[in-house]
Amino acid sequence: MSSRSCASTSCSACPSGQLTKLGEGEQVWDYVVALAGNPNTGKSTVFNALTGLRQHTGNWPGKTVVRAEGGFAYEGKQYQIVDLPGTYSLLSASPDEEVARDFILFDRPDVTVIVADATRLERNLNLVLQVLEITDRAVLCVNLVDEARRHGIVVDTQKLEERLGIPVIGTAARQRQGLDQLLQAISDVASGRRVCHPYHLQNEPPALKEAIRTLVEKIETLFPGLPNARWVALRILEGDKRMIAAVQLGEFHQVRKQPTEAAHE
Amino acid sequence: MNNRDSNAEDILAQAASLRWELGEKVHETLMESIFEEAAGIANDVVSHTGQKAKVWDRSLDWLFTSRLTGFPIMFALLAGVLWLTITGANVPSSWLAWVLLDTVHPLLKQGAAFIHMPWWLAGVLIDGMYMATAWVVSVMLPPMAIFFPLFTLCEDFGYLPRVAFNMDALFKKVGAHGKQALTMSMGYGCNAAGIVACRIIDSPRERLIAIITNNFAVCNGRWPTLFLISSIFIGGMVSSPLLGSLVSSGTVLAVMMLGVLFTFGVSWLLSNTMLRGEASIYSLELPPYRPPRFWRTMYTSLIDRTIYVLWRAIVFALPAGAVIWLLSNVTMGGETLAVHIIHWLNPFGVLIGLNGVILLAYIIAIPANEIVIPTVLMLTVLTTGTAGVGAGNGVMFELSEGDTAALLHAGGWTLLTAVNLLLFCLLHNPCSTTVFTIWKETRNLKWTTVAALLPLVMGLLTCFFVAQVWRLVAGGVTP
Repeated sequence: MSSRSCASTSCSACPSGQLTKLGEGEQVWDYVVALAGNPNTGKSTVFNALTGLRQHTGNWPGKTVVRAEGGFAYEGKQYQIVDLPGTYSLLSASPDEEVARDFILFDRPDVTVIVADATRLERNLNLVLQVLEITDRAVLCVNLVDEARRHGIVVDTQKLEERLGIPVIGTAARQRQGLDQLLQAISDVASGRRVCHPYHLQNEPPALKEAIRTLVEKIETLFPGLPNARWVALRILEGDKRMIAAVQLGEFHQVRKQPTEAAHE
Repeated sequence: MNNRDSNAEDILAQAASLRWELGEKVHETLMESIFEEAAGIANDVVSHTGQKAKVWDRSLDWLFTSRLTGFPIMFALLAGVLWLTITGANVPSSWLAWVLLDTVHPLLKQGAAFIHMPWWLAGVLIDGMYMATAWVVSVMLPPMAIFFPLFTLCEDFGYLPRVAFNMDALFKKVGAHGKQALTMSMGYGCNAAGIVACRIIDSPRERLIAIITNNFAVCNGRWPTLFLISSIFIGGMVSSPLLGSLVSSGTVLAVMMLGVLFTFGVSWLLSNTMLRGEASIYSLELPPYRPPRFWRTMYTSLIDRTIYVLWRAIVFALPAGAVIWLLSNVTMGGETLAVHIIHWLNPFGVLIGLNGVILLAYIIAIPANEIVIPTVLMLTVLTTGTAGVGAGNGVMFELSEGDTAALLHAGGWTLLTAVNLLLFCLLHNPCSTTVFTIWKETRNLKWTTVAALLPLVMGLLTCFFVAQVWRLVAGGVTP
């Protein structure tokens, strides 16, 4: 437990005393948090640290094949946390990407925490930008900062936060560093104390941009209040069958499903 | 409702025509702009100060994955882990046996006699259930408590993906998916877990191949059988203990490698017959090396794997102990049920270089491979009527390695029996949990049946073949 005391010295006003790990169980949740990210960035480690569950973490990509669920309480609110399979993108039709994408899109978690590997930030940002097209309630957790430091890599989280328009927290989850700040950011976004203005893709070629604009207008009239019309437009432009069916059936109107019903098949 | 439908169709029609205008490059264009913008942002916020650690990672990668050193290092690491397990488990195993079987068992018996427990109840509870469980604990706990943490340390360090990288080309050659190396590695812990892990393979064809061949990875329930039989019969042939332990671990390694060969062979066979197709292309990221946090790894692998596996073994050993005791104490026509069954199975068993006891043990152990060895020993005592060991039918006893060897020799075991038991341990039907998992993952009766019976048929054929050749070479000496 020496790692924990090390974490408390690194933050002055340490709220870790308010974290209660709830593991698995039947509960009424105030908020649902999704955990997304590239494979092997330490998502499961973050998950374990927050929930107190001991899901085995292995140092190889693709370890999490089933969606793990757990919970924690923080500042009097109950959070359910769903560990999605690690993916490099959300644009293809492989089963794990579909599980991750469908959950963020249709189950609309209150906060999506994207776990990124500080040592490979550029590649990880590809996924971050895609997630930000789908949801505007996101927190970026730049994990493995300790490892990055050993490799001589420093990530300016302050600057990244300004660029992306969402809270960015540097963590070393294996050493439990930065978890308190991460919890605070999750709670801020979930409660609406912090409103995100996420970065959206802006360098598409003009023709594509124009096509998206046309479609977004129509989609927004059909589904008022849809937070990710741009993403839906992009997907149906690409001919994504799942998304075309969703438009036809008006699936975007439905309220959030119970997470257990959304188990992947 | 109507309004929305028409609107939705309208949107989709427009999307279709726009797609036409934009050409087929929408996906590529989009990916390109994502990459470009991600690179732009990363460039802004990431600064590099040194390259020292990267050089270290690169040279390790070269060492672990180059043509020259990749495979030798893999074998050496594996052999090292197996050797540590075999030599390290000896002392605690006999210590546990002394406590649980030598000390606690007589106390329980005395206690039962003191409270005037009926003899049959004491038999089922103490001589059956308690003894089988105690045996499983003393045989399994020490090797598992050494093997799993060592394996987990390699895993946490980041070595596993390098193994997958080394094996990738081989799997591709036999028409299977490169990630099968990972699911196979999981199988060395538990086949059921390995089969669930096959979900990481996208193509249904390659996934089925990985599921069907996962049983060729020796699971933790089978390691103790390999360790014990190799030590007694193969390592025991060498006089020096150190050399003996090296020979034993070499034998276990050979069985494991044979399993890998079967994995490749059967994968090749399947992808050229029932599951024809090309291997799909995928990318495997080699994660950075991470110094494992030693104590944390020890703790989690002990809780997650060792205790979990041990618990499962105990749960199955309890009823199995009762069944064994009943089989060896309920008589029919003057002989116990066990003797009847063993005599009935024996001709076939001997034909394939095994015996009736081993076959019955494998039937009793269908729910869990862990109890094969305890069952074999209990049944051998019963059928040979070995004097001086144990106390009555179906009773487990304290046995050192030497005693076990003497007992098995008295039961008519030869080197051929041992070799074929090692082979049969590798090649037989998966345990019931694994078969059920295959059913859950495939939802297909045909493939579940294939996965369950294929290894069994292969095992019977292999043992038969080895027995015939052995007897020919040995000049007609019947074992």
